[in-house]
Amino acid sequence: MAPTSAPAIRPGRKHQPSSRRRDSGRVALLFILPSLVGFVVFYVTPLVRGMYQSLTQYNILQPPRFTGLANYTALAHDSVFWNALKVTAEYVAINISTQMIGALGIAVLMERLTRSIFIRCALVFPWLVPNVAVATISLFMLDRTVGVVNHLLTAVHLPAQYFYQSPHEAIATVALVNTWRNVGYTALLLFAGMQLIPKHLYEAAAIDGAGEWRIFRSITLPLLRPILALVLAVSVIGSFQIYDTVSVVYQTPLPQAYVLYYYIYNAAFGELRMGYASAMAVVLFVILAAFTFAQLKLLRASRSDLA
Amino acid sequence: MTTTRAPSQPATASELAVPLRRRPRVRPGRAAAWALLAVLIFVSLFPFWWMIKEALTHNKYLFGDFGLWPQHPTLVNFERVLGLATPAEQQAEFPNEVIQLKFLSNLVNSVIFTTVVAIGSVAFSSLSAFAFARLRWRGRDLIFGAFLAGLMVPPIFGVLPNFILMKELGWIYTWQGLIAPYLLMQPFAVFFLRQFFLNIPDEIEDAAKIDGLGPWGLFRQICLPMSRAPIATLLTIQAVFAWNEYLWPQLITTTGHAQPLTAALGYFVRSSPTVARDWTAFMAATAISVVPLVIFMLIFGRRLVTNLQFAGGGK
Repeated sequence: MAPTSAPAIRPGRKHQPSSRRRDSGRVALLFILPSLVGFVVFYVTPLVRGMYQSLTQYNILQPPRFTGLANYTALAHDSVFWNALKVTAEYVAINISTQMIGALGIAVLMERLTRSIFIRCALVFPWLVPNVAVATISLFMLDRTVGVVNHLLTAVHLPAQYFYQSPHEAIATVALVNTWRNVGYTALLLFAGMQLIPKHLYEAAAIDGAGEWRIFRSITLPLLRPILALVLAVSVIGSFQIYDTVSVVYQTPLPQAYVLYYYIYNAAFGELRMGYASAMAVVLFVILAAFTFAQLKLLRASRSDLA
Repeated sequence: MTTTRAPSQPATASELAVPLRRRPRVRPGRAAAWALLAVLIFVSLFPFWWMIKEALTHNKYLFGDFGLWPQHPTLVNFERVLGLATPAEQQAEFPNEVIQLKFLSNLVNSVIFTTVVAIGSVAFSSLSAFAFARLRWRGRDLIFGAFLAGLMVPPIFGVLPNFILMKELGWIYTWQGLIAPYLLMQPFAVFFLRQFFLNIPDEIEDAAKIDGLGPWGLFRQICLPMSRAPIATLLTIQAVFAWNEYLWPQLITTTGHAQPLTAALGYFVRSSPTVARDWTAFMAATAISVVPLVIFMLIFGRRLVTNLQFAGGGK
C-alpha cells in the first residue's frame, strides 16, 4: 500500500503531552509490541537482508555467496535491465500525464457541476476493482478478434489494433488501462483539495466577469498546487511499481512491455537469481527515494500558496 | 477537513437523484460539460457491464456478438468457474480447460483473508497508534519515524527476503505465510489512526484520568469510541486493499489450498493458451471478484467517497 495524504500531515500540531504525564514506557511497549514485531520481522529485517543479498550470489537452494558489487557491475552491462528501466519510464510518463490531466479535468467538472455521491461512486469504482480483474477485462475488450473495442473501431472504418500484442502500442495500452482504473480516484483526491479553496474567490472572479478557463487558470490551479504536488508524487511512486497488469496479460511480456518489477520478480523466482534481483530492487528503491525527496522539496516550495 | 461539502451547499435529495434538474436554465457550455461527464461515467462503468454480459453468455455465441444483452442468458459459466458444473456441461462449453476451476474455494479464501487482514491490521495498528499519540515514552518519535519510513519501501523489496523467511519457517503454501506479513503492521494504518487519536482534546483525557482510567481504559473507553468513523473508514480501505492484493498471495500460495481469488484469476488467465481462450469463464471468474465490490460500494460508497481525502492510499 503506498501511503500518506497531504491533508493528514499537519506539522507543528504534534501532540504536546501535559507536564503531569510521566514516562509510560512499559505500558507503551505493550501497546506497540505487535506492530513492532511486525515491523522488525517484515520491514526492517527484509530491508537489511535485501541490501545484503544484493551483494551476493544466491539461488535460494544454496547459502548466499558474497560477491561484493558484482551484481551492480553486471546490472550496468545488462541490456535487459536498461530496457526494463526505459519501458518503466515510458509507462510512468504515459500513465502519469494522462492520469493527472484527466483527473484534473474530471475534478473541475465535478466541482462546477455536481456534488452527487452517485457520480463520485461511479467514477471511483474502477479503482476499487483488483488490478487482475481490470487486466482480464481489458484483455478481453481489446482482443484482436473478439474484442468490442476493435469491433467499434472497424464499425467507424478505422483499422483494428493489436493493443497489448503490438510492439508499438503495448506499453501505452498497459498505461492507459491503468489510467482508466485510477483516474476517477485521483480526480476525487483533487476534488477534495478543491473544497479547501474559499468559495468567495470564485464568486469574486465571476462578478469580475472571468470565464471558466480564466477561473481555472488563475484560482483553481495555483491554489491547488500543494495537493496537486502531493497527489502527483504519490501517483508517480505507485506508477513505478507496475506489475499486476503485465503479469496477467502476458505469459512472457513483449520486450516493449517488459517492466522493471516484472524483471525483478522473474529474476528472483523464475531464474532463482535472488542476489541479482535484490540489486535491482535496491536500484528501484533509490529511484523512488529520489522521487520522494523531490516531492518534499516541491511541497515545501509551494506550501505558501494556501496561506 | 472532515467534509468535502461546503457549508453553503448542503446535500438535498433532489441533488442526489437527478442532478440535471438542479439548474433550470441550461447554458450550452454547461450542457456540454454534463454530456462530457455522462460519457466519462459510461466509460467508467461500461466495461463492468460488458464483463457481466459475457459472463452470462454461452461460449458458442461469443464470437461476433456485440449486442448489449446476452443472447440466451445462462449461469453455466459461473457454475463452471465455481467448480459446480457437471463434466458434460464443461465439455459442451469448453472441452480443453487447462486448469481445474475451483473458484468457490478461492472465493471463500478471499473472504477469510480479507476479513482477517482488515480486522487484524486495524486492531494492532490502533494499539500502536494510541501509544504514539497519547502515551509519552522514550524513543517514541524515533520509532514512529522508522514506521513512517516503512511507507517508502517498495513492496517488492520486502517480497524477496520475506519469501525466503517463509521458506525457512516452512510457511510456503500456508495460511500463516499468506497472512503474516499483513497482519501485525501496516504503516499507513498506524499513521492514519494516530492523526485521529492526536486530535482528541487533552481535557477529555484528563477528565478520564480523574475518573481513574488507566491507559487501557483510555484506549478502550475514550479513544476507540471517539474514533468510530475513521476506524470504519480504515477498515473499508484495508478490506479493499486485501481483497485486491495479488503479488504476494500468488507467490506464496501458488495454486494451493489458501489461494485467494486474485491469484486464482491471474493463474487462470496466464495458463490459458493465447490461441484458444475460455473468455466467458474468464469473465465469470472476474465478475466473482468484482461483484462483492459492487455490494460493498452500495453499502459503504458514501462513506468511502466522502472520506477518501484522508486516505490517499492505493498502489
